[in-house]
Amino acid sequence: MKRLDWCGRRACAVAVLAGTLAACSAGSGTGTVGSASAGTPYASTYHAYPGVPTALVGATIFDGAGGRIDNGVVLFANGAIEAVGTSGLAIPADYRQIDARGKFVTPGVIDIHSHLGDYPTPSVEAHSDGNEATSPTTPEVWAEHSVWPQDPGFTRALANGGVTSLQILPGSANLSGGRSVTLKNVPGRTVQSMKFPGAPYSLKMACGENPKRVYGNRGQAPSTRMGNFAVNRQAWLDAREYAEGDRAKRDLGKETMAGVLDGEILIQNHCYRADEMALVIDMAKEMGYQVTAFHHAVESYKIADILRENGICSAVWADWYGFKMEAYDAIPENAALLHNSGACVVIHSDDENGIQRLNQEAAKAQADGHRMGIDIPDAEVVGWFTLNAARAMGIADATGSLEAGKMADVVLWNGDPLSIYSRPEKVWIDGALMFDALDRKHRPVSDFELGQPGEGDVK
Amino acid sequence: MSALRLTATLLAAMAATPAPAQDFAITGATVALGDGSEPIENGTVVVRGGMIVAVGKDLMVTMDLPTINGAGKWVTPGLFASITNLGLVDVDAVSESNDVDAGDSPFGAALDVAPAINPTAQDFAYSRAGGVTRASVTPEADSSIFAGQGAMIDLGDDYDTVRLPRAFQFVELGERGARLAGGSRTSAHALLRNALREAGTFGEGARLIGGRTARSDAGGGDIGVDSRMAGDAERPGDVLLTRFDAAALVPVVAGQQKLYVEAHRSTDILAVLDLKKEFPALDMVLVGATEGWMVADRIAAAGVPVITAALSDLPVTFERLAATQSNVGRMVDAGVTVAIGGYETSGDHPRNLPQQAGNLVALNKRPGASGLTWGEAFAAITSVPASIAGMGGKVGVLAEGAIGDVVIWDGDPLELSSAPERVFIDGVEQNLDNHQSRLRDRYRTPAPGDLPKAYDW
Repeated sequence: MKRLDWCGRRACAVAVLAGTLAACSAGSGTGTVGSASAGTPYASTYHAYPGVPTALVGATIFDGAGGRIDNGVVLFANGAIEAVGTSGLAIPADYRQIDARGKFVTPGVIDIHSHLGDYPTPSVEAHSDGNEATSPTTPEVWAEHSVWPQDPGFTRALANGGVTSLQILPGSANLSGGRSVTLKNVPGRTVQSMKFPGAPYSLKMACGENPKRVYGNRGQAPSTRMGNFAVNRQAWLDAREYAEGDRAKRDLGKETMAGVLDGEILIQNHCYRADEMALVIDMAKEMGYQVTAFHHAVESYKIADILRENGICSAVWADWYGFKMEAYDAIPENAALLHNSGACVVIHSDDENGIQRLNQEAAKAQADGHRMGIDIPDAEVVGWFTLNAARAMGIADATGSLEAGKMADVVLWNGDPLSIYSRPEKVWIDGALMFDALDRKHRPVSDFELGQPGEGDVK
Repeated sequence: MSALRLTATLLAAMAATPAPAQDFAITGATVALGDGSEPIENGTVVVRGGMIVAVGKDLMVTMDLPTINGAGKWVTPGLFASITNLGLVDVDAVSESNDVDAGDSPFGAALDVAPAINPTAQDFAYSRAGGVTRASVTPEADSSIFAGQGAMIDLGDDYDTVRLPRAFQFVELGERGARLAGGSRTSAHALLRNALREAGTFGEGARLIGGRTARSDAGGGDIGVDSRMAGDAERPGDVLLTRFDAAALVPVVAGQQKLYVEAHRSTDILAVLDLKKEFPALDMVLVGATEGWMVADRIAAAGVPVITAALSDLPVTFERLAATQSNVGRMVDAGVTVAIGGYETSGDHPRNLPQQAGNLVALNKRPGASGLTWGEAFAAITSVPASIAGMGGKVGVLAEGAIGDVVIWDGDPLELSSAPERVFIDGVEQNLDNHQSRLRDRYRTPAPGDLPKAYDW
């Protein structure tokens, strides 16, 4: 398997990934954010697939926003959540009723940090489309132009992880890696048919070891952390000049950065070390933008108070550590310590395997907190891989929690999603049943896997 | 705090020799034996002289024995982590701290991890705190298809780490082996066969017969041939292997040292099994075997055990097109001996073996999937890998006469919410502090107090 943010001695050039940044406080990023001057290029052609009005009856419901209802009812129809309530909730006669007693319901799982499609399986060199590692700043590239919709990883994320939305980020070789794209996790012939309607773009940035290593090894800037900052600051100054001008001449990179300065494009910033995050926060203040989230933020626990005060989320693994120098101080209590300080926690994957188990990663992080005396209710932990991710991606007004009017992105789990013994039983996206563990034909099989060994297997 | 609790802190230097074993009993616990059976309620475990002397339900414990109340706890054998790089690396991407592979080495099969293993590496302490008490340590192939010789270790907080050096030779076939061999599986197979033949004749000339010297502990015998002690037998000019590499393969071709073979594709696995026709003495273990389920009957018939990661389910390479999480369950159902091991992403560490195993229990609830029962899953990270490592009955089980590796957990060890509370290795309670736990304690409150955080230790 590839270690996306790991760079061993063997496969350095293609192995670097990027982090993202999103801010819990970034508000509800609504509306389509394309390049303002270019209309909406590569627009989403996604339409919800047909569904039937459905009532999930008798489940334990975690609504993603911190609420829990035992023996509850979830109603959805026409692609949207209609109501969430207790067992007294009236169920219209024509709704498909699903007996969910003993089972659990959550919002669709959301991964804020994925490279599916950009680094698809099979992980061959010809598929290595996630890092435009030819210049330290490439804000002009868009991750969607690399996405291979036939990546089998999308199907595993759906079936095993209950993932209904995900943000695909460029890698972390570059200080500015390019624009992200947010997808609904539906199979498609084109990336446009997967694009989350109205989701804002993010600019992926990266601190630390990766950019300085990739370019330093070539004898060019940046080769140091101070070089990272110098190249970044100059790029922002140039972007400001562009943004303050008439913007008449198209410049793809500066359009992206100007979008950040305008507050329309979010910042997802790969950054491991606490001291570097603090410097990035000051760079953002100097240049006039907001960091939405630090990704791979293994040292966030050291500055949880600063992150809370600045309204910045930390997108983290539960317990990855030690694979690179800047991950040496990673501790499994990171998420719990952040939550305990009132800072925003998002559990992310950065991995085609990890994306299948975001719920498990959150549960481990919760338990590590419990053992040091930090007790975080299950319902809040579920928010780490649902609503908090949606907030940091600017799609919280549309999905991420089970609230009337939101997209009916719903997972029915066959047990407690924070238990090792549970798996998704059914997954709906915009009210359409896209995965059913009880119906072997109701699982997607990518073009790549057709007619090959293991086609349609349970996986 | 229990009277048994060690008072050692991180200030104490690591002991050059293990501390004396304690005699104790744990009563009233849920006890998982590790042998594939389901857990026992209200079980008792008695350890004396570093060994398990009694295990069972409602056992009477003699009055003289310090007793740990296990009510609400789970007690298990220590976990056995297979094919790890424990002690070979501090930080993967810091090359000078990483002894896992040796791409520029003139040697392949002769490489021996034993003198390189460092029990003070943090991953050792993290794994120990995760309940891992024994492991195999393997080099990774980089200079040749032969990675070199792996060792069996314990994770005790002392320097008496390597319990069985040169326990196995590791060879890469499949895509990786083909690249290392010059670009094709054809070359990998030619190199392997040539190497085994050279070793066979070299052994005769050098009078290296791979004899064993007795060793007291669970591993049984040591491998008598240390490649560094290779004799000076004349060799014809037409050889590919260095003298050390040839010597290292003598016990392999004689069947006295296990040969771990990494292969994933169904046809590659069959080619591995076919090696027995040419080299009948080979004592092989399949590593990886991602498509093993497709040829599970053949693997079972050959009696070759498998060590594999539990959750590979993507066609990461063309040799893994049929990857499925049901691989382990289907092989077990076919009668293959399967241990869970292998670490394929940055998030996979030995301490997360229970998560791999637990997922296979969850899989059993999925129509069409093949998982494991709880007992089978726990055995796949305890007794089964210990047995494959040659330590069956001594390690990875709670049974009379087994080594006193005992873990007390705060709940079901396969559940995400559980963790070890106390860990005993050879009957010695282990210090579970480490770099991570100290950082945790320092940053319990992130903002500094009257002095900077650096004074908080």
